[in-house]
Amino acid sequence: MTSPLQQKLKVTGPVVITANRLGDGAVVYRAADGTWTKALAAAAVVTTTPAALELLRAALSDKLAVVDAYVAPVELTPQQRVLPGNLRERIRCSGPTIALPGQG
Amino acid sequence: MYVYDDFDRTLVEERVHEFRDQVARRLSGELTEEEFKPLRLMNGVYLQLHAYMLRIAIPYGTLSSDQLRTLAHVARRYDRNYGHFTTRQNIQFNWIKLKELPDAMADLARAGLHGMQTSGNCVRNITTDQWAGVAPDEIEDPRIWAELLRQHLTLHPEFSFLPRKFKVALTASAHDRAAVKVHDIGLRMHRNGAGETGFEVIVGGGLGRTPFIGKTIKPFLPRRDLLSYVEAIMRTYNQYGRRDNIYKARMKILVHELGAEKFAHDVEEEWQSIKDGPLALDPAVVADIAARFRYPQYELLADNPPELARAREDKRFRLWLDNSVANHKVTGHAIVTLSLKPEGGPPGDATAAQMDAIADIADRYSHGEIRVGHEQNLALPHVAQRDLPALWRALDGIGVATPNVNLISDIIACPGLDYCSLANARSIPVAEEITRRFHDLDRTRNLGPLHINISGCINACGHHHIGHIGILGVEKNGEEYYQVTIGGRADERAELGTVLGPAVPYAEIADVVEGIAAAYLELRARPEELFIDTVRRVGVDPFRERVYAAR
Repeated sequence: MTSPLQQKLKVTGPVVITANRLGDGAVVYRAADGTWTKALAAAAVVTTTPAALELLRAALSDKLAVVDAYVAPVELTPQQRVLPGNLRERIRCSGPTIALPGQG
Repeated sequence: MYVYDDFDRTLVEERVHEFRDQVARRLSGELTEEEFKPLRLMNGVYLQLHAYMLRIAIPYGTLSSDQLRTLAHVARRYDRNYGHFTTRQNIQFNWIKLKELPDAMADLARAGLHGMQTSGNCVRNITTDQWAGVAPDEIEDPRIWAELLRQHLTLHPEFSFLPRKFKVALTASAHDRAAVKVHDIGLRMHRNGAGETGFEVIVGGGLGRTPFIGKTIKPFLPRRDLLSYVEAIMRTYNQYGRRDNIYKARMKILVHELGAEKFAHDVEEEWQSIKDGPLALDPAVVADIAARFRYPQYELLADNPPELARAREDKRFRLWLDNSVANHKVTGHAIVTLSLKPEGGPPGDATAAQMDAIADIADRYSHGEIRVGHEQNLALPHVAQRDLPALWRALDGIGVATPNVNLISDIIACPGLDYCSLANARSIPVAEEITRRFHDLDRTRNLGPLHINISGCINACGHHHIGHIGILGVEKNGEEYYQVTIGGRADERAELGTVLGPAVPYAEIADVVEGIAAAYLELRARPEELFIDTVRRVGVDPFRERVYAAR
């Protein structure tokens, strides 16, 4: 598989770095202090290709915490709230859109 | 049931130890993800959108009640209280943690269950008719041959690194319930003029981005030659199949590009060199495997006992009986399908509580045996007809007696974008909405047998090409759209569906299905003409005109 670093990356809006946590596969985001967080609101948001590449490079060098780190689009509300940038990321962020069987 | 021997048990246990060590080395950083990924895939462990997913094989769809209880236990202890039965006689758990996987696998292994060959470029779980061994129209029990192939092909060193995954299905009934024509190798048992049984060998079927119906390259293969001929096919594929392009790596592409005749010729040449060697089947080996399939001691009972006639006065029971209960090869008995397609629920899911309850019900009414079909429903294969009223009450109490088997709300669907990292669009909420639209049983029954298949991407895990109505989710400018085909079928007359018209957005797909149903009611020659036969008779155009006229 081609490394995400070798893939052409063109950032035209706000993005974050996301991945799945190694131990349980949970969706996590890269924070500005280099830790991983489950809260999209706490993710580091960048808007340029060099900044995204720098974040991604740091994320990919962290081979023990997470799997499959990549750059994902986000939207910023006028109040600067961070929202997932597409349906796939919305579902990754909030979970399946259906009621799960066997709960409660 | 099939009784595993010490060899099988040791193999599965050793695999658990090996995987436990691999997980520990991954978690400590000794193994990189690049090194670990192929190892986890050899055990059915995928990484999906939100979590790891564990896929467990249910060889030829046969489960004991203890195995089903073990699956319930795994769902409860390691997952989120439910599992998903797939279109290939597997079950998937969607929320397993990597660090707990070895323990889950150890618990599964104690019940003879594992995830070997449920992913990766090897021979996948070999599937067959979920009614094997009990169907009245069956020539013989196809599971004997499925088990023989399983033993030969599991961890076969020559076929562990194929160009791509490899799927085998077989059936021994005139009516194909195993969709054998859309597998890399499909095997149909026939009886020849001399009364001997053998296999029609069909190759190069498959769905995905380039769908093909398989082609028969051997109309009748004697039983003794099954292993050698399958081996010859696989060698031919292994040698000539493309490894340079994942989209052209399946055997269906090779068969298509070479042509079935040339492919058959190459297989024949290879086969001639090995057919009389060690792979020629010794009848004693086959007899030994056959002896490991244990059948219940059926009671001597007559058909249509008085209990049934009385119970039929209850309309709800009668609807279920007519819909979900099939004839058995032994008089006084029946095969019962358990619908995992409740109104408004995800197709093929069962909760841990349901699995436990079904295991208890199977012990009481089906000699402790449960079957899993590719339509994502379960079946109880050995039910005495006199027990049907009590069984119905038990099944109804746990929500698996919806009388919609083979009807429009008995939808086959992949997990789609709600779970799957490959998907482009959601499948489950589309299925759920369609079942809500068709909740009225009188309306649904009036439509007759009608299969809807939904896939959330072109990989076609929901087999949309062979649905009477096929729905394929695609992404257009960041929005979910759905392309609709009609006229596909999965049985012995397998066909690929034809595109009905332009893809429609998520909000409109259930309307389109309602439009197709309305068009069928208008177009059918008489109430008995099935949907699929109407499409065949009138073609797609009259449906297109009616469904798209209003759009």
